[in-house]
Amino acid sequence: MTTKMMGAKVQRVEDDRLVRGTGRYVDDVAPDALHAAVLRSPHAHARIVSIDVDAVLDVEGVHAVWTHEDLEGAMAEPLPLLIPHPTLTHGRTQYALAKDEVNHVGEAIAFVVADDRYVAEDALARIVVEYELLPAVVGIEAARTATHLVHDDVPGNVAARMEQSNGDAAAAIAAAPHTLSLDLKIERSACMPMEGRGTVARWDPDQNRLQVWTSTQTSTGVRAAVAAKLGLDLGQVDVITPDVGGGFGVKIVHPWPEELLVPLAAQRLGRAVKFTEDRREHFISSAHERAQMHHVEVGFDDEGRVLGLDVRFWHDHGAYTPYGLIVPIITSTQLLGPYKPGAYHVQFDSLYTNTVIVTPYRGAGRPQGCFVMERTMDAIAAELGKDRADVRAVNFIQPDEFPYDQGLIFQDGRELKYDSGDYPAMLAKIKELVDWDHFEDFRAAKAAEGKRVGLGLACYVEGTGVGPYEGAHVHIETSGKVKVATGLTSQGQGHQTAFAQIVADELGVRFEDVEITTGDTRRMPYAVGTFASRAAVMSGSAIHLAAKRTKEKALRIAADALEADVDDLEIVDGVVSVKGTDSSIPLGTVAVLSNPLRYAFDEASKAATQFNVGDPTKPPVAEDDEPGLEGKDFYSPPRSTFASGMHAVIVETDVETAEIRILKYAVVHDCGHLINPMIVEGQIHGGVAQGVGGALYERMAYDESGQLLNASFMDFLMPYVTEVPASIEIDHLETPSPLNPLGIKGAGEAGVIPGSAAFAAAIEDAERLPITAMPISPSELFALRATHAPHAQESK
Amino acid sequence: MKPAPFDYVRPGTLEEALQALAGHPEAKVLAGGQSLVPLLSMRLAAPAVLVDINDLPDLDHVRVVADGVRIGALARHAAVLRDPDVARVQPLVPLALANVAHATIRNRGTTVGSLVHADAAAEMPMVLRLLEGSLDVAGPGGRRTIPADELYVGPLESSLHHDEIAVEAFFPALPGGSGVAFEEIARRHGDYAMCGVAAVVAVEGDRVVKASAGYLSVSDIPTVVDLTEALDGSVDDTALAAAADVALEQLDPETDIHATADYRAHLARVLTARVVTAAYENAREEQQS
Repeated sequence: MTTKMMGAKVQRVEDDRLVRGTGRYVDDVAPDALHAAVLRSPHAHARIVSIDVDAVLDVEGVHAVWTHEDLEGAMAEPLPLLIPHPTLTHGRTQYALAKDEVNHVGEAIAFVVADDRYVAEDALARIVVEYELLPAVVGIEAARTATHLVHDDVPGNVAARMEQSNGDAAAAIAAAPHTLSLDLKIERSACMPMEGRGTVARWDPDQNRLQVWTSTQTSTGVRAAVAAKLGLDLGQVDVITPDVGGGFGVKIVHPWPEELLVPLAAQRLGRAVKFTEDRREHFISSAHERAQMHHVEVGFDDEGRVLGLDVRFWHDHGAYTPYGLIVPIITSTQLLGPYKPGAYHVQFDSLYTNTVIVTPYRGAGRPQGCFVMERTMDAIAAELGKDRADVRAVNFIQPDEFPYDQGLIFQDGRELKYDSGDYPAMLAKIKELVDWDHFEDFRAAKAAEGKRVGLGLACYVEGTGVGPYEGAHVHIETSGKVKVATGLTSQGQGHQTAFAQIVADELGVRFEDVEITTGDTRRMPYAVGTFASRAAVMSGSAIHLAAKRTKEKALRIAADALEADVDDLEIVDGVVSVKGTDSSIPLGTVAVLSNPLRYAFDEASKAATQFNVGDPTKPPVAEDDEPGLEGKDFYSPPRSTFASGMHAVIVETDVETAEIRILKYAVVHDCGHLINPMIVEGQIHGGVAQGVGGALYERMAYDESGQLLNASFMDFLMPYVTEVPASIEIDHLETPSPLNPLGIKGAGEAGVIPGSAAFAAAIEDAERLPITAMPISPSELFALRATHAPHAQESK
Repeated sequence: MKPAPFDYVRPGTLEEALQALAGHPEAKVLAGGQSLVPLLSMRLAAPAVLVDINDLPDLDHVRVVADGVRIGALARHAAVLRDPDVARVQPLVPLALANVAHATIRNRGTTVGSLVHADAAAEMPMVLRLLEGSLDVAGPGGRRTIPADELYVGPLESSLHHDEIAVEAFFPALPGGSGVAFEEIARRHGDYAMCGVAAVVAVEGDRVVKASAGYLSVSDIPTVVDLTEALDGSVDDTALAAAADVALEQLDPETDIHATADYRAHLARVLTARVVTAAYENAREEQQS
């Protein structure tokens, strides 16, 4: 093999197209399509008394206006509850168009199809809805108090109460020499991909087939849902996911109402129909995440070793539960991070509020869990007067303890059993990156300049690469080019590059000759989706396995053609040769030979025609073989593989203005073997940026009546490039996973997980006052200073 | 996020533009469109007619005259910001402009448009008031000059009549022996500030003889406060504290989702001290050069 691609910093091949603006997104498909727009509830909680669409009917250019009354059969039923769980006793999902009641501002009520989006929006303005207002339940406190109910038939607003334990935490805490209790809170944020949701559909009446292009993280999931709701067979529905301008979790939710209404409209109207979500809609009708309140009881020894940990938390899942309990289950399990408490008990309530639904956003419950655990570690260190890193170190699972069973059930219904890791080595690296041991010198030097600085550290473990499976199909063309299809979707991760690296290595072909197709059910109808940092682990492994199969076949055919032994062959740059000889055959020719022909179509194909090839006494295609140089395989892991990382941040908190400046941000990350360090670092950069957003800028500002006050990029403060650290220092550790053939672990979400935990620790360290709620703004820090008198006096 | 239907006219002369405005009480003038177009798209404004003035002649200028800088209605922020003569004659203009939104918005947005949009969180209305500049407007009855202190009458409300078009702003030159400074604190780079303060300080020797400060985002119209008396010639800590006290009496910060009223008031205090000190030092330097 020439150069090994796995582990190389290969420039992303997709970027030339994407950064030049020649990506092809859903909105670029079918420019002649009719446009849909959705009437959304202006109220957080109301009964719909009547809907009058008469004024719309005579608007020129309007082709359809529907309310729930216009839906039939399965379309008139609630949307699917995607991930049921035994403890989700009161799961509720919305209708594609609201039936009788709306439960959050932004809920879909009516659907208009018109010549263009302008006319469609004009039409929406003419629909008259009479509402009977109901009291809105906003925020976790209101949900817990349950003075008012979101759904009349859900007592206490509780959709689920779930509990897990490992050992007797209460007894361990009672017997511990030291105890602490903490109350910790995280607010809502959201994924906010550059491209919002979008769907285009076209119905072919001659073939009775539906084609759907949608901006999703699961084209197979949408396909199954559309088929079920529209009463079609899977074979009648193709779902194609073109370029996706970011997902971050929100697009794993499916089917969105529009993903069903657009195909239905295309079928009913016989025209291509398009829905392109705008930014305001994205704020009020997609999904949010993160809001949770936590109460921690912890017992520990003189060294800071956690003997018992009891966490009770309340999760605000918004108005409905389409994605089940995934987020709070992840918090409740991944909270443990790299630590091994003597005993652990966790219980959560998943609560309804009259707000936008909550589904996984990059990190998916882990940022909250990490915040809780790391704040607890810092509190223990403060209580004992010990170094914060030392307290963490005594609680680490040690390298020789893997596989380590945390004794809980993870989000995939399988054991929370860590496969590998080396947390002490990682801690040593992060301490070195931020010069941990000399920070007090730095603090003193800054103090001499009148400046206040602080250092924070946060550690996490991330279960990645959850099942059930992914598959891949590899096809070597007679040109020697390699076409690879995997079913999960891409939304900017660099799959074209990383997967091609895997194929190039395994097949011995040039990286440039590999073309990857993702998210197209015509090419790979069996797939799950892109979420939970699983694409590299799942599809990467499947592609590796499929390439291996293809290679075996290529070598078998080449051995025949070259009259050599398979073991003596090698493939380099797409040419199979007998090692140490001139005898060789290009893979393209092997592909020609793999497909016995009756008819030649060019010079090369003559070699495969019936008078030129094969043993005339045997069938041209053997009984256990098939024509073509192709290979297909699936990868299905026993359970998740656990990546890990540690972040450290140094901040300056302005003595006068309480502004929070990032002086240094350092990351040590372990995702097993790296396919492409440049892509992994890019993932970390993006994650850190979102971590900065979640810690210092972003929140969903709901008022008491359930109106979202900052539903625009003017007031919802995503960090700009100017707010993100100009450089992020990254070091890698490579502890391979024993669970997959490439030894890899997921890297997609990692960068965001410890953001709030690390910033809270750094600000607390700078200010010497407890930080128990995130995000934090300068205005809030100023208010905190005012309530903590000693420091208030110190800062004049 | 698509605008409601509107008519669009793009006149070639000022007279035609004025006629178009006069003929439609619901008309709005479009110049750079950086505030108006988002309002249209979110259907927060639904004017019947947009009168696009981008084809009008003789309005795209930045001209330095004997006593100051004259900025035409079609001059983009970016053009004003990069004009070295403007920086020489009135350095506060580029200091403030650098804080107006982001480069892409400054490429399209006009300084005069920002002045008539009359946002108390915007930089240029406050600067015009602080410098005691003026705005020339054309109307059916001819041109008139509105002094800056008569321009702002309420939140997002100027004293322009509906049938008038702002054609040129005048920012007076910085007199000798004077210095300026500007600082604002925003949640993110380029955002509307939680508080911003600019100062003009005149000195004789090391003594302050005149000082005033302008404030944005801490009152419902751009506010200017004379600090001369409070400073009583000095910029020591006591004088600065007294100046901030005087300023805060005239400000009325409000709480919103980004900052509390207390915090904004605190920032006004901190920034008053910072910009008055900086302007004082600049004035001293200017005096010595």
